[in-house]
Amino acid sequence: MGPLSLRVADGECVSVMGASGAGKSVLLRMMADLDPHAGEMRLDGVAAAAMPAPDWRAQVTYVAADAGWWAPRVAEHFAPGADPARLPELGIAAEAFEWTVERLSTGERQRLALLRAIRERTRVLLLDEPSSGLDPENVERVERLLRGLLERGLAIVLVTHDRAQARRLASAHWRLADGRLARDDE
Amino acid sequence: MSSPPVTLPELAAASALVLANAALSLAFDAGLARTLLVATVRVVVQLLLVGVVLKAVFALQSAWLVGLVLLFMVTAASFEIRARQQRFFLGGWRFGLGAATTLLTTMLVGAFALAMLRPRPLFDPQVAIPLVGILLGSIMNGVSISLNVFNTSLVRERPAIEARLALGATRGQALKPLQRSALRSGLIPVVNQMSAAGIITLPGMMSGQILAGMGPGEAARYQILVLLLLAAGAGLGAFATIAAASWHVTDERHRLRLDRIGPR
Repeated sequence: MGPLSLRVADGECVSVMGASGAGKSVLLRMMADLDPHAGEMRLDGVAAAAMPAPDWRAQVTYVAADAGWWAPRVAEHFAPGADPARLPELGIAAEAFEWTVERLSTGERQRLALLRAIRERTRVLLLDEPSSGLDPENVERVERLLRGLLERGLAIVLVTHDRAQARRLASAHWRLADGRLARDDE
Repeated sequence: MSSPPVTLPELAAASALVLANAALSLAFDAGLARTLLVATVRVVVQLLLVGVVLKAVFALQSAWLVGLVLLFMVTAASFEIRARQQRFFLGGWRFGLGAATTLLTTMLVGAFALAMLRPRPLFDPQVAIPLVGILLGSIMNGVSISLNVFNTSLVRERPAIEARLALGATRGQALKPLQRSALRSGLIPVVNQMSAAGIITLPGMMSGQILAGMGPGEAARYQILVLLLLAAGAGLGAFATIAAASWHVTDERHRLRLDRIGPR
């Protein structure tokens, strides 16, 4: 990964596209401080290094394309006091909150992984293909949710293969190739 | 009461039983004949040799020599721990972690036992060597099993661990389930041994002492003491190992550092 610079404002979504293996996920992981890296990141002018890493990640949250599950039941993966009534926003029955993770389909897991990452302290979401493989109806639901978050002032860095989705959600477009990040606004 | 003598003819007769097993294996094409033969030869040669060496060490009564023998035993156990890892830390940690926690635990529990039994002299080889020998087996199991479970599940559970870290969990929180299952696995052998002792099996040491002429009551007390020490050793060894492994496989930024683990 070469030197790169990226700035995202409150309520703004920027998209990052690029070929498979270009390092898009690595970029998001570095921004979440999950991989060792050089350079620095700031949130409201405060450097990531100046706060404990868990604090940083609670505010700048990465959602992997194939996010993991660590407990038997769905509810255990959500912050205490999370509201199951939000599940239907993404086309999932509220009862699924009490299900075991094994009962979930791949698409349900993907949407719930996004939902569990939206917490009180979240300021920036780093989303790795949040709707890949979903049917059009659910893609629409995910995008509606994300638009709502942007209106509330969250910032989103969106890695996607779907150029149309990038156009619909993001106001600035970037392309990652050969370890370099370049504007992609044509 | 004196124990019946075991001489070479008795050993040869016992070997014949195992050879009969090997013949059965050949007949059924079970593929065990070679393994059985090699193991039989090994146990005979190794233990006869150890008997000769220990006889010399016992005769010399030198604390230095006892220390040297104990060090050799710990080193051998450390190599065995290293060999039992499917996923291992790269660099010096591969050998060093198991060796350090094994040495530390052996010294701690061994010193405790010696202080309790107060043999004279303190480093009486007839007490120190068999005691450390039996302790080491248990510590080695605790350390190697827990470390192997921990490291293999780190690799397997990476997405789950990183999902928690990504949501703001500390490394301690994210590794907790793995630590628990690794420690549990490491302690299962000795816990099973304790639960079954006397009901399902007569423990090897107690059987040996009774065969060698000791009264059952005294043999039982010895066996209880040793089993408790074994449990303490396996537990301490496993705890120390998992604590150090957790520290090494994460960094100060609470990242999972699987780049420090290599494949077999």
